[in-house]
Amino acid sequence: MLQQAPLIPAGGAAYDWLWAIPALPLAASLVAGILHFLTLRSRGVWKRKPAAHGHDAHGHGGHAHADEGHGQATDAHHDAHHDAHHDAHHDADHDAGHGHAKVAAGIGGLAAPIAALSMYAAFALSVKAFLLLRDLPAAARVLRSSSWDWIDTGTFPIDIAMHLDPLSSVMTLVVTGIGALIFTYAAGYMKGDPGYAKFFSYLALFGFAMLMLVLSSSLIGLFIGWEGVGLCSYLLIGFWYEKGWPAAAGQKAFVMNRIGDASFLLGSFVLAQLYGSLDMAAINAGVPGSISSHATELFLAGLLLFGGACGKSAQIPLFTWLPDAMAGPTPVSALIHAATMVTAGVYLVVRLNPLFAASPTLLAIVGIVAALTAFVAGSTALVQRDIKKVLAYSTVSQLGYMFLGLASGAWAAAIFHLVTHAFFKALLFLGAGSVIHGMSDEQDMHKMGGLRRHMPVTFATFLAGAAALSGLPLLSGFFSKDEILAHTFASGQGGSPLYFALWGVGILTAAMTAFYTWRMVALTFFGKERFDPAKVHVHESPAVMTAPLVVLAVLAVFGGVLGLPVVFHLPHLLGEWLEPVTASGTAILHAAHGEHAMSLLTEWLLLGLGAVIALVFAHMGFRRYRDGIAADVEAVAKRPRTTAFLMDAWTIDTKYTSFIVGPVKLFAFVIAVVVDAFAIDGLVNGVAAATRGIGSRVRRMADGSIATYGLWMGAVTAVMAFLFLWKS
Amino acid sequence: MNVPSEHLLVLAAILFAVGAAGFFLRRNVIVVLMCIEIMLNAANLSFLAASRMHALAPGATGPSLEGPTFAIFVIVVAAIEAAVGLALVIALYRNRQTVSLDALTDLKD
Repeated sequence: MLQQAPLIPAGGAAYDWLWAIPALPLAASLVAGILHFLTLRSRGVWKRKPAAHGHDAHGHGGHAHADEGHGQATDAHHDAHHDAHHDAHHDADHDAGHGHAKVAAGIGGLAAPIAALSMYAAFALSVKAFLLLRDLPAAARVLRSSSWDWIDTGTFPIDIAMHLDPLSSVMTLVVTGIGALIFTYAAGYMKGDPGYAKFFSYLALFGFAMLMLVLSSSLIGLFIGWEGVGLCSYLLIGFWYEKGWPAAAGQKAFVMNRIGDASFLLGSFVLAQLYGSLDMAAINAGVPGSISSHATELFLAGLLLFGGACGKSAQIPLFTWLPDAMAGPTPVSALIHAATMVTAGVYLVVRLNPLFAASPTLLAIVGIVAALTAFVAGSTALVQRDIKKVLAYSTVSQLGYMFLGLASGAWAAAIFHLVTHAFFKALLFLGAGSVIHGMSDEQDMHKMGGLRRHMPVTFATFLAGAAALSGLPLLSGFFSKDEILAHTFASGQGGSPLYFALWGVGILTAAMTAFYTWRMVALTFFGKERFDPAKVHVHESPAVMTAPLVVLAVLAVFGGVLGLPVVFHLPHLLGEWLEPVTASGTAILHAAHGEHAMSLLTEWLLLGLGAVIALVFAHMGFRRYRDGIAADVEAVAKRPRTTAFLMDAWTIDTKYTSFIVGPVKLFAFVIAVVVDAFAIDGLVNGVAAATRGIGSRVRRMADGSIATYGLWMGAVTAVMAFLFLWKS
Repeated sequence: MNVPSEHLLVLAAILFAVGAAGFFLRRNVIVVLMCIEIMLNAANLSFLAASRMHALAPGATGPSLEGPTFAIFVIVVAAIEAAVGLALVIALYRNRQTVSLDALTDLKD
């Protein structure tokens, strides 16, 4: 354990109100949970002892979930209705999962405004914190509440404080701001769902966990949030669990995240061993002094933490849960599986940027994983037919971009892309949700087309999101993606040729991004209607759903001003704001590799290349699919194996199923039959049989005659007395 | 009147043997209870004899109270035992119309 003065900023009770930022959604979650149970009772669905289950229903969703299953399964009316609906609309993987018997929300309808209000209040507090932070001198920009001594083991206290610095300030603003918009949207989207209040209870609980994750001062607090968002992700992916496959998708997400979480824990153990503290400020302060002496430990800790980030942020090899996670309601996909939770890994790396900067090998590993992920997911998105699957693979791909930025030490650029991605991807998901809603739960783009005439607001906002995602010049995604690619290129110039290769993959992925984005737009909104307008009553979504779309569209278009490129000679607002957090990691990188500024000409060239590629491939994707699905049909006919390969995400998931899941199941079977049924049960039953056997022999001693008992007692007493006296 | 303490111990041993013999050989519960009382009182007697031996030993500072104290405890316990035991015997007789131990071997099954 290294000895050094821990450089943890002093906290104070003056900033204890920071606890309110995560606490508000938590309170809303509790209230919504109670409302849910009141709703169930008023519907007569749920008649078992209310007192026994009422109180643990809200906070611990798992339990509530289980109870719920019982309650709804007994509701014959609900089931019958649901099945009828399902038969009519069931379309294998393309069913949106929105097909529920609509019911009046009753008192549960209050859950939506309560949850949304808590999020708006948390946003207001985040803005207040941001303003306070802005008024401080740059070096002192930390607000820290007094710490809560969670566990005190004497030598290793585990304290949790709310730690708000520029990085967590950005994250809280994104989480609460976009969260509030999505909560608003969900109030319209989920209307009529039997689990309306439950949905908002889970969603608000997610808000709590995510804010805990970004505000906590210590790795343990971060881990609480990390697991909390995982739990809520599981609950919300499996929200329509009666259908079966969403429940399986939820379990898959949970299990794959668990693999990453184990790695995360091991990484934090290494850091705890090394620095005697889990406070991230102390760890960051300690890293520069231990680079030369403890390089291996730092590499190991970083690699293990990156393993955790891979799970949460859906990087190869742990990305396959995210596409399946689309089984959840679309607002969940927008909030959790695009804008916030999946970016937690990026946040973690930036939060511990000195640790990652300390090892060039680690950064190279991050870069390779990121580039591979971006490319594999991007190419998979090219052929998907399900609009949410396109967006899901696009999200995986864009997360790859963020990690690519981190790999070249572009901490601020990664956060910049995180923010703009949160804007435009949330927008695209919500837009897709609006489409799915308007199409009465159709997700297959081959059965859409021509929707721009039916859904003008959704169309216009979706266009803005698509333009930003594909990186059309001057939109937010253009600047953030270009900055990451420029940094990767600069790292290549700085003497690591590997980064030129990574940059090349990044450019390829940018081309694919533009292509699949505009393919999606063309298939969804242009061409002829490929459905029967007489049967499907396409309608624009209500204002409560379109208003958040408009706000997000504005952000997606203008979000770029947060980080303008160097060549514009305007301040990079986000970069300067994050400077106090990222300075340490950047200094370590510069000390190791020297500082290399790119020439302005190169920068212009890269910017121009990015713009040209985006425009060309966006145009190509749009033109090929504007008139219908002919190009897809042709591709499947001409190259059936390639398209099937891409459709299945390079068959990675299928390989997992045959090479990992299969053997694990076999192993489980062996354990169940041989070890459990034979060895363990044999042991238990053997003990019982032995006891019975001994008993049947020994019972002869008890013949019912007092004299015999007395003889035994007397004999034993005599022997004991003899031994006692003989010894002394 | 100078009885040696050893005589008292021998008497106690004889009493205990009588009690034990009765306990093992008799079948009437009341007699068995009485035999237990005899054994207890044999123990009391040996306590008092030992106490007396200590008090009379050369260099002893005076009579010790430990032996008599134990004897009194034993008397109390014996009284309780007799009360409970006799109550059990009465209950037993009401239920089974017998106090013979040969008929009371239900516990072995």
